[in-house]
Amino acid sequence: MIDRTVGSAVDAVAGIEDGSTVMIGGFGRAGQPVELIDALIDSGATDLTIVNNNAGNGDTGLAALLAARRVRKIICSFPRQSDSWVFDGLYRAGEIELELVPQGNLAERIRAAGAGIGAFFTPTGVGTQLAEGKEIREIDGRTYALEYPIRADYALISAFRADRWGNLVYRETARNFGPIMATAAATTIVQVDEVVPLGELDPETVVTPGIFVDRVVAVGERAWLDEGTFVGGVTIEGTPLETEGSTR
Amino acid sequence: MTTRITRDELAARIAADIPEGAFVNLGIGAPTLVANFLPDDEEIILHTENGLLGMGAAPEEGRIDPDLINAGKQPVTALPGAAYFHHADSFGMMRGGHLDVCVLGAFQVAQNGDLANWSTGAPGAIPAVGGAMDLAIGAKQVFVMTDLLTKQGEPKLVAECTYPLTGVGCVTRVYTDRAVFDVTEDGFAVRELFGDNTLDELRELTGLDLKEQA
Repeated sequence: MIDRTVGSAVDAVAGIEDGSTVMIGGFGRAGQPVELIDALIDSGATDLTIVNNNAGNGDTGLAALLAARRVRKIICSFPRQSDSWVFDGLYRAGEIELELVPQGNLAERIRAAGAGIGAFFTPTGVGTQLAEGKEIREIDGRTYALEYPIRADYALISAFRADRWGNLVYRETARNFGPIMATAAATTIVQVDEVVPLGELDPETVVTPGIFVDRVVAVGERAWLDEGTFVGGVTIEGTPLETEGSTR
Repeated sequence: MTTRITRDELAARIAADIPEGAFVNLGIGAPTLVANFLPDDEEIILHTENGLLGMGAAPEEGRIDPDLINAGKQPVTALPGAAYFHHADSFGMMRGGHLDVCVLGAFQVAQNGDLANWSTGAPGAIPAVGGAMDLAIGAKQVFVMTDLLTKQGEPKLVAECTYPLTGVGCVTRVYTDRAVFDVTEDGFAVRELFGDNTLDELRELTGLDLKEQA
């Protein structure tokens, strides 16, 4: 019998070594696997390279991992936000390395890694600072820059429901990076609201087939879905929350 | 008469140029105002790059869903006919030339259509680019929405961008608070003047050899 479910978030992140490259799903707070990140912090893993679209919000989730000084380098497209004070402080102090990648190149580099593509030519960024030093080629009259895949040792993502084979469905815009990150890591670890019996997910609606998934943990309903506040440091209207231990 | 139209008037002016059936991405900030002026009786499909086509307005109070946000990370709704997709598909829609129009803000636009809108290059600033470079080179028409002058009175339409580029030769039209400009092979051509503005005054403000619309 195949059973990719594990009993706890702690079990789900077990074995993540110091120095690992870890993709973390989510766009802002939507789809951020907060419970897995908390377990990663508790595991003590450090010297990590993190791949995420952003660089954390408020004082929870990815921001808490940064604040705990576990991250050596972050690869992202948009670190600067109204509530990214943890990253801002580390970056200004020279305590974190940043690789800035245009968002579509970030997504495609992740997709390429999962799809076995060695590299690809993209028009995005050509003629800008972010393509400096890259191989340039003209193809059918258009100029492209060569981009290489981004692969990871681990991917931590959040989905809505899973079965024990690891088939996943997502919810609304929380899908974002989940399906591509799931393909691009040696070990893909997923938190879901709920694990349902095999056969209960309609095969027509499965977004990530279980072949891409290694471990699944059910974390229950995310309380904040009903509370009207995002996980992180701001309310849904964007007003910063006064959270305990805030580093602002 | 006045020489500058308001942000809302400019948003309405841009909305009037977006045809029914278009797939449109409105950039973070002022461009999102354009959505308020799209006609209710036409089907125009808004794309948000975090993974939704058919984006609707902000939800009513008490109906906020944290899983349903826009690229500015604000809560939105999904209209009947909406579709969700992952990030690689979303940026494929841009890069692959499937979007009809995007509306972006700008620090500078050069007369060859170069766009600078992601970084002022100021020392100590934290760089952040997001999807700006993908939108700039991907959409069939790239509209810029901006004031003609900065708060310091410097023109945002320039001979050559001095700020770091977002995209090369990508802007098709610039909507400003004083006039609308098309980017042509001969530089900026004034498409429409607002209020009391004259071509000569705009030439003086920008220092550019602005053309009359052919």
